[in-house]
Amino acid sequence: MNDIVLDVRNLRVEFPTRKGTLTAVDDVSLQIRRGEILGMVGESGAGKSMTGMAILGLLEPPGRIAAGSIHLSGDRIDTLDDKAMQTIRGRRIGAIFQDPLTSLNPLFKVGDQLVETIRLHTQLDKSQARERAKELMREVGIPAVDERIDNYPHQFSGGMRQRIVIALALSGEPELIVADEPTTALDVSIQAQITALLKRLCRERGTAVMLVTHDMGVIAETADRVAVMYAGRLAEVGDVDDVVRRPQHPYTRGLMGSIPSLQNEVEELQMIPGSMPRLNAIPPGCAFNPRCDHATAQCRADMPRINGAAGGVACWLATQGAPA
Amino acid sequence: MSIRSNAILEVDALERRFDVSAPWLNRMIERKPIQTLRAVDGIDFVIQRGQTLALVGESGCGKSTVAKLVTGLHAPSGGKIRFHGDRDRLQMIFQDPFASLNPRWRVGRIIAEPLRTLKPDTPDDIVSARVDELLETVGLAAADRVKFPHEFSGGQRQRISIARALAGEPEFLVCDEPTSALDVSVQAQVLNLMKKLQKEMELTYLFISHDLSVVRHMADVIAVMYLGRIVEIQPTADLFANPLHPYTQLLLETIPDLEAPKRDRSPMGGEVPSPVSPPKGCTFHPRCPIAFDRCKVERPERKVEVHNRRVACFAAETKLEGPSDV
Repeated sequence: MNDIVLDVRNLRVEFPTRKGTLTAVDDVSLQIRRGEILGMVGESGAGKSMTGMAILGLLEPPGRIAAGSIHLSGDRIDTLDDKAMQTIRGRRIGAIFQDPLTSLNPLFKVGDQLVETIRLHTQLDKSQARERAKELMREVGIPAVDERIDNYPHQFSGGMRQRIVIALALSGEPELIVADEPTTALDVSIQAQITALLKRLCRERGTAVMLVTHDMGVIAETADRVAVMYAGRLAEVGDVDDVVRRPQHPYTRGLMGSIPSLQNEVEELQMIPGSMPRLNAIPPGCAFNPRCDHATAQCRADMPRINGAAGGVACWLATQGAPA
Repeated sequence: MSIRSNAILEVDALERRFDVSAPWLNRMIERKPIQTLRAVDGIDFVIQRGQTLALVGESGCGKSTVAKLVTGLHAPSGGKIRFHGDRDRLQMIFQDPFASLNPRWRVGRIIAEPLRTLKPDTPDDIVSARVDELLETVGLAAADRVKFPHEFSGGQRQRISIARALAGEPEFLVCDEPTSALDVSVQAQVLNLMKKLQKEMELTYLFISHDLSVVRHMADVIAVMYLGRIVEIQPTADLFANPLHPYTQLLLETIPDLEAPKRDRSPMGGEVPSPVSPPKGCTFHPRCPIAFDRCKVERPERKVEVHNRRVACFAAETKLEGPSDV
């Protein structure tokens, strides 16, 4: 069990508001092993980014972790204070966000930003850190490193900027990287370069990656396992092949059917009627029941859960139908 | 020819340049030259009535500029746009359903606006009945007319945009990335609606998107753009079965494939060059795996259409040309 890097148990994130408490993440349990990429997929508002932020300790107040635990290689991190979390972020958990322009300081050369981060997390002196920065830039595939290290962020293209952000995330040699929509702002051809890079780095270094995205295509290409979220809860967790090819949960099935295919032509795309409930109006029982064709009385009364950390489906019908 | 006669839109050698020079004083002091960006650099295509032509390409390839040229939001710098229809019956659907609806107007007023502008004499009760009808056409309730845009989700707002576009009884709709701000399940709802409306009302779409899988689902003919030019234009099925231009081939290769998860692929190297100083010759040659000397100096010209397919590539031309009379 030593290779489990991230262990999230029954995580619950709440936002107290004047009109009552909103539950943005409800009873989420996840594990990521060394060298494994876990894809978190879901539509806007499903709670996938919120889960990532909770792990990073970056929940915006009044948001808070109301229940559950987060362990990083055996150390509990959800109870740490901000100061302790600051030393963990960067050194033990790297973060990559959607927009590389806002993750970089426009007033500093990228080399200086890398050197600063490296020196914060290691004992290297200035010139050693600069060498390390060059090494990292080469590793993420930036050409002509000796010149580029003294460029400002605006002198790089979107794809190159995202590579710099990845180099920054790697600079503390983290055990875990949380990548929140790292390719969404990029064009498809650049997107493919970035996902290939993430995959390679993860394999070579044994870093665990939590890849948060709305794009099932990126997940299918990059992730080893997938967690599908709906209305703050896990709908389905499993191996990427199984979830993409043989989705069990009615929501995952609908989601897969609604993606236009490149292989076969269909006259009409499959539709899931209605839309995801708002956080203040999550129905009792299974959150998906009002949109589900197969919902029963049980679905409307009791909330289905995923049993076991290995994966499964949060659906009463799928659990009954499947052999134990 | 009979095919031509059914064309609703013909675009011929269309160009649009933007002046991106430094201010005059800087140019004088620092001796900087005038710089122009060719956002659209001599493109031509024909759209048949009742069909969908899709423009695909990566950001900065000029596809949205074409949309603005066709709708008249930009004036062309060169070339011709011939619209064989009623200019009043050309409407546009925009990408961002949060920015394209006036937040202070009620939905009823938003949808009625084209009617009031195009046919100001229409009596109020007829306008009102039409708004109700339109809301129901796009799958919303007539009662929604008194609400404000912020009360709707992204998908519902895009339905409102569609209802507004339909108010003027259009025959031609320019859709600029109509679903790229939406989640996939909502995107499916909107795409299905657009297809249904096209069939019922015999609409013609100019559909602009960066997403090849969406385009494959919607379009009859696909034009692939790269740095302001159309590099390839083919009927949808042909383009997917037999992509001719190396750029199209690379684009198709880089799309994640849901049917083959965990695929290891060799992504296309390089990035789109700056349109201010595009490479000489074929603009794609620095990234092209099969480029030869001729590609670096000479620009492959747009070819006359052969059986509805056209490609601007020296390597592909020799393959195509065999039996044709061009």
